[in-house]
Parts: sequence; C-alpha cells; structure tokens
Amino acid sequence: MKLLVFIQFEDGKINRMSLEALACAQKYSTSVTAVTFYEKAANELKNYELEEVLLLKNNNLNTYNPLFYTEAMHTIYKEDYKALLFAHTYETRDWVPRLSARLNVPFLSDCIDFKVTNELAEVTRQTYQGKLNNNLVPKTNFLCSIQSGCFKIDTLKNGTSVINSTDIDLNNVPNTISTEEKFKDQKGGVDLTAAELIVSVGRGIGKEENIPIAQELKEVLNAELGSSRPIVDYGWLPHDRQIGSSGQVVSPKLYFSLGVSGAIQHQVGMKGSDNIMAINKDENAPIFEIADYAIVGDLLEIVPALIKKIKEN
Amino acid sequence: MKICVLVKQVPDKDSDIKVENNENKISNQNLNFITNDSDNYAVEEALLLKENHGGEVVICTFGEESATQVIKDSLSKGADRGIFIHNDLNKEFDILNISKIIKNVLEKENFDLILSGLQSDDIGNGQLGVLLAEHLNMSHGSLVMETKMDSTEKIKVKRELENGWFQWATLDLPASITIQSGINKPRYASLRGIMMMKRKTIDTVKLTELNAAIDEQLTLKELYAPIKSKKTEKINGSSQEIADRIFTILKEDLMLL
Repeated sequence: MKLLVFIQFEDGKINRMSLEALACAQKYSTSVTAVTFYEKAANELKNYELEEVLLLKNNNLNTYNPLFYTEAMHTIYKEDYKALLFAHTYETRDWVPRLSARLNVPFLSDCIDFKVTNELAEVTRQTYQGKLNNNLVPKTNFLCSIQSGCFKIDTLKNGTSVINSTDIDLNNVPNTISTEEKFKDQKGGVDLTAAELIVSVGRGIGKEENIPIAQELKEVLNAELGSSRPIVDYGWLPHDRQIGSSGQVVSPKLYFSLGVSGAIQHQVGMKGSDNIMAINKDENAPIFEIADYAIVGDLLEIVPALIKKIKEN
Repeated sequence: MKICVLVKQVPDKDSDIKVENNENKISNQNLNFITNDSDNYAVEEALLLKENHGGEVVICTFGEESATQVIKDSLSKGADRGIFIHNDLNKEFDILNISKIIKNVLEKENFDLILSGLQSDDIGNGQLGVLLAEHLNMSHGSLVMETKMDSTEKIKVKRELENGWFQWATLDLPASITIQSGINKPRYASLRGIMMMKRKTIDTVKLTELNAAIDEQLTLKELYAPIKSKKTEKINGSSQEIADRIFTILKEDLMLL
C-alpha cells in the first residue's frame, strides 16, 4: 500500500511526532514517500528507507500558513497514495481538515493505531474522552493523524533515498490569513518537564477552596504542582501549571493525580511518566487505564490522611 | 455582523459510557446530555462580539430531536435565533459528511463569522470549523484564546500552539474560528433570558429534505472499551488504610520519601 507521510519542520528541526508517523508507515508498507517543504528536513529524510523524499519548494511555504500548505499538498496529491499520514500536532489540527474538504477524502484524526492487513487499512480512534476505542476501515483513500507516543522512533529503518525536488505554483492562493511571530505569555513560567515528582490536580478536587490540600501534599513530597485543563480554565491555577497537549509534556518518576479524569488531551502530556498514581471518585475514569496505582475514593479524605502520615514519619 | 455558532449536544463528561451488546453504538440509558464544553465558550464569545460590535447571533446544531435543547440553552443566554438540522435518519455520519450537510444549510445565510468549540467531548474529531471554512470559502483560525476586531473586514485572533506558545493571526472576513475553552467566562441564562427564549425562532431543516451529497467512506468495524495493557494495583480500604498503603509505596517501592 502506497503511503505518503507529511513531515512537519519547525525551529530548525523535524518534529519528533512526524518521525513517529514515519515509523508507523514503514512498519506497514515498503512503499513510503515522505514529503516536506524544507530542504534541511529532506536532507535528513534521505537517510531513511523510503521510496522517495518529495521536497516542495515555494517561498510561501517557508513559514506555516494553512492556505499555502493545503494548496501545496492538493497540487501533488495522487490517487495512488492510499493514505496520507500526519503527526497529530496543533499545526495538523489547523490545516489538515481543510485538505480533507478540498480532496474530498475523510480525515481520521488523533489515531492511536494504524495497521494494514492484505492491503486493507484499519485505524483506531479514541472517543468519549478515551472511554471507548473505534476501529474504522476506510473504503476510500484517507488522511490520518497519529497521536504522540503510539509508534517508536527507534524502529525507523535507515537507507539511502532520493530527493525529488519540485517548485510549486501557489500564485492563486488567496492571502486571507496572515500570521505573526509566535510568543510565550508568561516569561519565566515554571518548567515541569524536568520534575521528578508531580502532584496534579483535576476537576475532581471540586472547588477552588480545596486547592491548598493539593498544595500541602506537594510541599510534603517536595514535588511540583501540575493540573489538567479545566483547573486552568477556571482560573484556580496559572496556565504554566497545565499538563497535556496544550500545556507541558512531562515524564516524572511519579505522577500523582488528584481528581484528574484523564481525558485524551491530558494523557498525551503525562502517559510517559515512570509511575502513575491516581485518586478519583469515578471508577470508570480513563486515568485508571494507564495508572500503576488506582485509588477509587474521596481525595478530600485520603490526601489529608496521607499528609498527616508523612509528617509523622 | 452576522455570527453563527455551531453547538453540539454530548453526554456529560462523567457519564458512564457503555457499548450496547453486540452493537457498535453506545447505550443511551442513564446518559445526561449537555452542551459540549468548548461550545459554551464559543457562544459566549459570539455574544461578547455582538455586544461590542452589533449584529445577530444564530445558533446551529445537527442532531436528533433532543438536540434542540442545546439551541434553547444558548437562546436563553441571549442568542437571537436557532437553526436545527434534524438528523431524521437517526444515523451516525463521519465528520466530512456532517460538514457537507451543515454547509448545505449555512451557505444561504452568508455569515461573517462562524464560531465553534475546538473539539467535541464525545467523538472528538476537532475538524468541523476548519472543514466549513474550506466548503464556504472562508479564512479560518483554530484553537483561539482571544479575539480582537478593529475593522469591519478583518478579525485578529490569538491562537494557542503547543508548549505554552501563542501566535496572533489576522483573518479576512468571512472567517471560521474554533474556540479553545478558557477564552472567557460563559454566562448563565437569566430567568428573563429563559422567558425571552420562548419567543425566539428555531427553524428546523430535515436531513431527508436536504440535497446533501452523502457518500459514506468509512466503516465502523468495532466499538469497544479499551483493553488494559498495564498492570494496576488497586488500593482499597478506609481512607486511613489507603493513606498508609500509599505511604509504603512512596517510601519503599518508589523510594521517594
């Protein structure tokens, strides 16, 4: 099955998740093409075992713009490519639906598995915040984005591939979206990525007045404090505490979550932790699927008892 | 300014989601349905834009009969009218087909802005706003955390990127914008708002009466609860017993104390 993998390139390097998508494609096909808009990326990609590396060139592709990206890929799209694979990044979420509509082929986003058996592709998507999995079989060509961490880069096969470079005409693309330089809101915000131990707060903490309970646990454990998205949305903790796809991606020795349900967007940011301990009232919370230690119970009773125990010892 | 907000009715996040026996669909029993979380923020942003720049806010949803409730809830908060696209086939469609159905209804309206929540809490495709931008020849911005309107032709949006990065983009109108949760503080409906809602119009369009070109390109082979691959220690007992066990794990197994 002929597969085309789009390689995202930013800050001078290939996006790690794009290489995971490439590893996925190599696992199921011997006919993989990688496509990029950047010469530097192409020069790296030619060292993998690929049918070819497509380098699309146009000055309008030097910085991200969804309209130019969409048209460039529309221009080179061929029916032979049974599936186009992408990393499930924020950039992909911004422009690939547009490509789906333009090509009239479905886009299966945020897939956790992709496989090909007897030339038939099957993908797995999570729904209901990770409570269910859907196995889907496309009847036509399709686009597919792969969730972070589902395929391993160390399985990438090396080789020597050719770069085929093409100049793309994008003169007819309307200039209706213009972007400015990216920036960070909080200078000197806390960096959770190096933390050994993280106590993380979710909706299950109930109300803002309960936040100090988590803070005290964090103090006695000498940990960092993290949170899920809703806690930041409510304004209970600042944005730089947020863990997940829109926040930080962490991998501490212990991730201790208090009332975090574990929606997909949160799991993406912490599933690489060495150990996950979770307290939640809801026994069906998706966090328990990935927890090493599962506690179904009332964190408002358990945590104070634990703090007391640690202090006594 | 004419603003459309796309809202979706979804099961409450804490719902116990179960698959019907041997059928690839979820059981609707014991489910509590609400407006999708990020859609509430989109409704609020539309109401704020209307308050500051004038215009009309139209709420649109695609769903089964019960979904009119999410339109009513938004009308009670101050939106002006509703468009209900009734899925009278009671069938599930993939997001590309849904976008074509909605496009069919919205194209006559010539909206200046379409707002939607960035992602639904049930199926979670996170694509509808961008798909519609392409179908309706609009500009778009996704994962938006702030909007600014300094002219009648353009809107500025602050987009959220990964790892705490942001970016401002300027979009020509008409534009479709997907709203990230936390952009504002969604209001509650007032009693007066609920009374006024009863006099507002909701136009119903039936899917079976629409000439939407639906071609099903996906087959759902299996729907199931994920199979656990990790070994998990379940810690039971009284709060004190649990605390004692956690203490032992922290101290002896993980050596963190």
